[in-house]
Amino acid sequence: MTCNDYKDLLMGYLDNELSDEQRQRFEEHLAGCPECASELEEFRKLKTITDEVTLVEPEDKMWQEYWDGIYNRIERSVGWIVFSVAAILLIIYGGFKMIEELIKDPTVGMILKVGLLALIVGLAILFVSVLRERLYFWQRDRYKNVRR
Amino acid sequence: MNRNSMLLEPKRVPSVCQEEIMAMQRCRRGSRKAFELFVNRYMKDAYFIALGLVGNREDAMDLSQEAFIRAYRHIKHVKPGRSFFPWFYQILKNLCVSHLRKRRYRQASSLDADNSPEAAAAEDCFSPDVVAGRNEVKDKVWQAIGKLDDKHREVIILRHFQNMSYEQIAGALFCNKGTVTSRLYYARKRLKELLGTEKGGGTSDMQ
Repeated sequence: MTCNDYKDLLMGYLDNELSDEQRQRFEEHLAGCPECASELEEFRKLKTITDEVTLVEPEDKMWQEYWDGIYNRIERSVGWIVFSVAAILLIIYGGFKMIEELIKDPTVGMILKVGLLALIVGLAILFVSVLRERLYFWQRDRYKNVRR
Repeated sequence: MNRNSMLLEPKRVPSVCQEEIMAMQRCRRGSRKAFELFVNRYMKDAYFIALGLVGNREDAMDLSQEAFIRAYRHIKHVKPGRSFFPWFYQILKNLCVSHLRKRRYRQASSLDADNSPEAAAAEDCFSPDVVAGRNEVKDKVWQAIGKLDDKHREVIILRHFQNMSYEQIAGALFCNKGTVTSRLYYARKRLKELLGTEKGGGTSDMQ
């Protein structure tokens, strides 16, 4: 075995993750290899200074409010969905009523009626197109690949 | 598949405690109370992992909460018997990584705009004010951690800040212990390099 083969054991040794047999094997190698021994020493120093870094614990208040924050956001997102669906329904309904009246109205010119119809058809095409695109991306959502 | 067959090995999968299995079942049926149990159990881990990955408090708070919300929405698709944490960790990590990508993109475009290194330093979100009991060495280590690649930073965070064993890290990353070991090796090697070259305040190692 070359020193390179001992790299994995080096990390395991440092982190106390070796079996007795592996530890013994590594220690035997260390005894005869000053390079690995000095590398181990450097890594040990690094581990010591890295272990000393700890992060500031937020105040208890933050943990107490943590679940509320999540709950509110879940609730709000449900609220938004309901609101959006209702708004879309109302807009479509109002639009239809308005168009119906315009088309029935004999005083409104033919060009305006045709223009209006074209506008609606255009909007419908745009809507379907966007919807299809969203659906396409949704089907390839990366969270679908999350292992469950 | 190779990865799957490894996952099936009982040795590598930490045993899922009965309480969590029951809570998962209740979550799948839509119980918010049951989900609250997971939030209370893992919120600190989630926050500190996110903090380690993105480097500042506000984002860590926001991303960790967002990860729980996404977990709540998708929990019905989790296969019965699977443990919560490794699955949740994937969501959290994906969120943090895409957040970092957006941040780097913004940083790069703002750099293009005014071309000043000061702007980059101000944008550098691994600010040392989240480090407890600050001193010069700790600040340097924290900033060097911020400069590691995502996958290297990840193992350092899980090992040093979360005190996870190789087996637990392998479970969360869906890889084997050998991969964890070699990533840790390269992460620490890079960290050593960064700390060695950092003395002169070099900025050449952002990538």
